[in-house]
Amino acid sequence: MKPQAAVDTARIPDELDRRIIRATQAGLPLVPEPYRQIGEQLGIGTEEVMQRMRRMLESGVIRRIGAVPNHYTLGFRANGMSVWDVPDRLVRKYGKQIGALEFVSHAYHRPRHLPRWRYNLFAMVHGRDRKEVEQKVAIIAGLLGGDARDHRILFSSRILKKSGLRLPGGG
Amino acid sequence: MDAIDRAIVNHLQGGFPICHRPYAAVAGELGIGESELLQRLERMLERNQLSRFGPMYDAARMGGGLTLCAMALPEKEFDRVAEMVNAYPEVAHNYAREHWLNMWFVLATETPQRIGEVIADIERETGYPVYNMPKKEEFFVGLRFQL
Repeated sequence: MKPQAAVDTARIPDELDRRIIRATQAGLPLVPEPYRQIGEQLGIGTEEVMQRMRRMLESGVIRRIGAVPNHYTLGFRANGMSVWDVPDRLVRKYGKQIGALEFVSHAYHRPRHLPRWRYNLFAMVHGRDRKEVEQKVAIIAGLLGGDARDHRILFSSRILKKSGLRLPGGG
Repeated sequence: MDAIDRAIVNHLQGGFPICHRPYAAVAGELGIGESELLQRLERMLERNQLSRFGPMYDAARMGGGLTLCAMALPEKEFDRVAEMVNAYPEVAHNYAREHWLNMWFVLATETPQRIGEVIADIERETGYPVYNMPKKEEFFVGLRFQL
């Protein structure tokens, strides 16, 4: 649960944090003492690196530290962005339930653009093929029951750009 | 991927420790050696079974702007507009999707104010409206793969 309004501006990374982010956003060094290596690269101590990374983890700047499996290479070749029209007062309740499903990688409450775009709840669903994505979306539909007034699955047909999120600047 | 690789991936989707010898700590939990863990991570990255290993940052919490945008484009205009949109360094990913809103991209900017400016620039340059869909609330980001 991270309502945007709750972002604590005092926790916005400072310049040294940003240098750590730049040094690690492509990955953590695969050496026995990775934090020490980052510190050496930036000219600061290992303790300082670890302390700042712990703080960023606590404040949510770092979501988590770990391995990101490549869905596609591991056989999860289909992804469908499922979009749902649910009553606004129920978005949070259902968002949490859907976010807890293991095949959902992202779940968000987003604004409608009426009259053309009525959907306010988004959930990215992964599967081995489109059929499996459809089966999983059916599980979500079952969960929402009559509270889902409408839904769609937007399958991706092409990746047009994938540069990832990167802090600009050196390093 | 063998059973040990799968155990590593299942075990390491979060919670990698911040300590002096983190790989040794995790290797101990998995019952393998530190150098074996390092070698296996390196191999899975080389084979692209892992897209990355390390901290995952939340762009919205770095003080910048972040949003999801969609556009509805006629088929014959699609590639030309895609090229224009992709030329913006603020466009992080862009997907073609099968819907009347057929182009979906993520904008990430240095400041929240820049989002509106970039959207206005894209609308002016392409001549098509951009549907701005910033998150109001996030419920989950990540994927719990069990391999």
